[in-house]
Amino acid sequence: MATSETLPLSDMSPMPLVERLHQWVTTVDHKRLGIMYIAYALLLLVIGGVEATIMRIQLIRPHNDFVSPQVFNRMFTMHGTTMIFFVAMPVLFGFANYLVPLMIGTRDMAFPRLNAFSFWMTAFGGLLLYFSFLGGDGLYGAGNAPDVGWWAYAPLTSPAFSPGHSTDFWTLSLLVSGIGSIGVAINIIATVLCLRCPGMTLGKMPLLPWMNLVMAGLVVLCVSPLTAAQLMLVVDRYLGGHFFDTQAGGSAVIWMHFFWIFGHPEVYVLVLPAFGFVSEIVPVFSRKTIFGYPIMVGATIGIGFISMSVWAHHMFTVGMDAVGNGFFVLTTMAIAVPTGIKIFNWLATMWGGQIQYKTPMLFCVAFLFQFLIAGLTGIMLGAAPFDWQLSGSYFVIAHFHYVIVGGILFALFGAFYYWFPKMSGRMYNEALGKLHFVLFFIGFHLTFDFMHIPGLLGMPRRIYTYEPGRGWDVWNLIVTIGVFFQAAGVLVFIGNLLWSLRSGPMAGSDPWDAWTLEWSTTSPPQAYNFASVPEVRSRRPLWDLKHPEDPDWQYE
Amino acid sequence: MIIQSIRNPQVAMIETRPEEYRVEEDTILDVRVLVGRPLHTRLLRALVPFCGAAFTALAQPAAPLSPTNIFAPVSTPAKWILDLSILVLIVTGAIFTLVFGLLVYAAVKFRKRRVSEACEPAQVYGSTQLELAWTVVPILIVVVLFLTAARVIASIQGARPAGDAIEVTVIGHQFWWEYRYPSQKVVTANELHIPVSDAAHRTPTILHLLSADTDHSFWVPRLAGKTDLIPNHPNTMWVEPHETGLYLGQCAQYCGTQHAKMLLRVYVQTRAEFDRWIQRQSQPAQPAGTVSEGQRTFERTSCINCHTVSGTAADGTFGPDLTHLMSRDTIGSGIAANTPENLRRWIRDPSVFKPGCKMPAMGLSDPEVNAVTQYLETLR
Amino acid sequence: MGVPSITIPQDNVPWNPIARGPVGMWGLIAAESAIFTIFVVAYIFYIGKSATGPQPRDVLRVPILFTICLWSSSLTIHSAVRCLRRGRVRNFALWWFLTIVLGAAFLGGTLREWRHLIYDEGLTIQTNLFGTTFYSLVGLHAFHVTVGLLGLATVLLFALLGHVSGRDVERVNVLSMYWHFVDAVWVVVFTVVYIIGR
Repeated sequence: MATSETLPLSDMSPMPLVERLHQWVTTVDHKRLGIMYIAYALLLLVIGGVEATIMRIQLIRPHNDFVSPQVFNRMFTMHGTTMIFFVAMPVLFGFANYLVPLMIGTRDMAFPRLNAFSFWMTAFGGLLLYFSFLGGDGLYGAGNAPDVGWWAYAPLTSPAFSPGHSTDFWTLSLLVSGIGSIGVAINIIATVLCLRCPGMTLGKMPLLPWMNLVMAGLVVLCVSPLTAAQLMLVVDRYLGGHFFDTQAGGSAVIWMHFFWIFGHPEVYVLVLPAFGFVSEIVPVFSRKTIFGYPIMVGATIGIGFISMSVWAHHMFTVGMDAVGNGFFVLTTMAIAVPTGIKIFNWLATMWGGQIQYKTPMLFCVAFLFQFLIAGLTGIMLGAAPFDWQLSGSYFVIAHFHYVIVGGILFALFGAFYYWFPKMSGRMYNEALGKLHFVLFFIGFHLTFDFMHIPGLLGMPRRIYTYEPGRGWDVWNLIVTIGVFFQAAGVLVFIGNLLWSLRSGPMAGSDPWDAWTLEWSTTSPPQAYNFASVPEVRSRRPLWDLKHPEDPDWQYE
Repeated sequence: MIIQSIRNPQVAMIETRPEEYRVEEDTILDVRVLVGRPLHTRLLRALVPFCGAAFTALAQPAAPLSPTNIFAPVSTPAKWILDLSILVLIVTGAIFTLVFGLLVYAAVKFRKRRVSEACEPAQVYGSTQLELAWTVVPILIVVVLFLTAARVIASIQGARPAGDAIEVTVIGHQFWWEYRYPSQKVVTANELHIPVSDAAHRTPTILHLLSADTDHSFWVPRLAGKTDLIPNHPNTMWVEPHETGLYLGQCAQYCGTQHAKMLLRVYVQTRAEFDRWIQRQSQPAQPAGTVSEGQRTFERTSCINCHTVSGTAADGTFGPDLTHLMSRDTIGSGIAANTPENLRRWIRDPSVFKPGCKMPAMGLSDPEVNAVTQYLETLR
Repeated sequence: MGVPSITIPQDNVPWNPIARGPVGMWGLIAAESAIFTIFVVAYIFYIGKSATGPQPRDVLRVPILFTICLWSSSLTIHSAVRCLRRGRVRNFALWWFLTIVLGAAFLGGTLREWRHLIYDEGLTIQTNLFGTTFYSLVGLHAFHVTVGLLGLATVLLFALLGHVSGRDVERVNVLSMYWHFVDAVWVVVFTVVYIIGR
């Protein structure tokens, strides 16, 4: 491939620091905003991880007193809120921002200034949330950090049961970042629908932009209900309204409905981009095209629609009637079908390939195993009577961490390693990458495999301590031990990133011999991405160029 | 696991094989605890529920790993749930084995060989038959699972109260449980007594679930799945235990600071024992000859604003009814044994046991605390 | 030396990408529709559940006049955009101004209604479930009308200063899409609050 004329990030011509910072702060370039989203999310990943570690140390044995109940309750609230809204969403928006324009052969997102605005809204929201630690009783008392759980169920959030401002920090920070999320989503939709390069019909678009398109549609339709519910909560708390005021005839259940109408599609918002990463990485490292592209697209759209109809499976225990419960069992089971189809398609992509186990592929294969298990425990939870036992227990925590960590985070790590050479111009250290994988894999399984068991033995969630003699002790110990392996893995990862940024070998434009348009640009890409507008004829334009005797467009 | 109350040794046990256990005193609960098997056996047995269907072969329903094991039901709804869950575990286990096996096979077999093939492998774009197969088969599985689940939902939610059902109103508070037996005119707190049901003469217990403040959830795994207590949204659930004993659980919906210590204790008794208990609970407090020092303190300070002692001036409803406090094994909703020392410590400062609970330290002097404790000790 | 350009020879398929302005506005409309849907659902859910205080049928009067103002502003803004498409900037400005007047009349009518409800009927957002849901839903809509009016006023200012020409018709059209959306929401809110809810 042509050598890059662009210097990698670490060798920028020495501008004064103030000027460089100013460039970053005022940028509207999708690549820089993408990197800022990702860096922001990494920082908050570490903070959220510390919050989790504090909880796990508290729970390492019964009747422990590492932290008080007040602090513990703030920890689980902040951990959940941080990880969902200020780690997972920003990092996925960051990758979408970076990759979607490059993959569809265009210069930037549809609305660059809206893009920047959205990033800063999200960033500010996170700052507002963390500012809550400083209010109130000061740092050890964990100040005024919200302690109502990341779902903030009514009427616990009413002024009667949550005096002070902790709930308000939760509400307002998410309102603000929600505006940012909707902005990014509108941007992604407009970019994908309007800015594809000539020849790239929607049927010839790579799967990652497809997944991000459906994700963006879900964000637009489903983050707004949370915004609406939070506005109602603000009316209750500040203007004396009664939306969720049960003493005045208001309904606590309607908060649950509104929240989960957001909350369930939210997890598909998180997982669809992860599917996108896997759909790009697995083919390249198996050296085969993705198996069944049309049905992958169809299944994704199906998941998007069905995901908006399953929300009350989070509410099987609130006393809906048998018909209501039955309906949500049906839709929840139904969504397993398109999701399962995708797993089979990835499996079929690997089948008959020549798999190279570089770090990105290791993480993606682990994703496949783990997402399979997560999906199956999801089916168990979807059987409502079984959920009447398991809801609100550590089984559920194990299930969704299996999805989010075992699925989404593993796919994210794969994506980090895969696109790091493109973003930075340098190659990461492969041995350290594999070490990260091994440490994190061990830690993940120690923690989240064994976490299912206390749930099956009756341990509810959100408890700052537990009684001895319930058979939970040894499992909690093992779960906590796993945390330290995961932390070690993340430290190796960050070390690898930083070291490689400074001293990694030059990567070139296309270190993986891949097939989508971003690999035709320099590493990192020029500000304008493509010197001239690409024209494509198939889903893998670089394959067509590299294999002119056997191009994709003859078979698609 | 056996918990044997020192105070009331006749309270029924969970059956186990005693020779495999060692005896420990639990200092908080003042109970004799027969602690479970050696670690390696526990680990082995614990891996079993993790392995789906294998569990049912190995587990013995009378020897749970835990007093709150969902796989050791003693009551009808919990048993129906277990049956459904076994089917679900078998199905998902089979799917797991198949797909996991294929994944492992693919991951190993199709690795790139040392002898680097210069050309790429065959590019396969799709296969209609295969894709159809792996769409149709999951749909069929989904239909079967849905129908089975729907049937269990209908059975549990549509059950008509059989025979002489006992009705209890459960009111969730931050952070304790109020129990009212409307027909029997009994009000008590934190320890629920219900009769055992036998097939010949069924006596299930129907629980009407209300809340006085935030959301709670009633979860005693061996008796039934959980149902939430939501203010302004009454719910109903039922249990039908077939074995006497003490069954444990705790609140399963985050309700505030002390959610973790809102424990549940359900005493399933023979009909005779239950009737005796009801009889005693429906009496007002036995009037002592003279009003004791402690009772005067109790009535003079704000105790009576929150607590009821029937037959006296105390008629507060914010806190638990104390009329028959001494008939309970524990205080603080299950977190401490009901001993004079614990009572003293509780009254002096409840946050020693439950920081953040709604009862404040009343600022009583030591003699006052002793007097009140002595008075409470008369509330049998 | 640069990176080779990616051009794969193909038959001349005409390539007509969609304009991004309307797509972005449809995205915003979808998001806002979801927010309004939740408020409408809450309103409908709480119909008839207010235990005390004024009930809808006692205090609500159907606001025919200012509703007609708002809906006809959709016609005027449509005319405005049509004029601009033909390059007739002065007529555009007139129709645009008329739209603003009608929108402001709607807001004025809302304010008058609220003043009556608060001071004469004693219905506030705190009074009961009806009060909470009514002021929230109608208020949310009024807020969107206000934001729309600010946008319209800005465009009017640019037009008066001579900065608007036929070339800007697509951008002005996008703003008019927002205005039509606000009107469409009022159809729903009007029906739910003044017809179904009473």
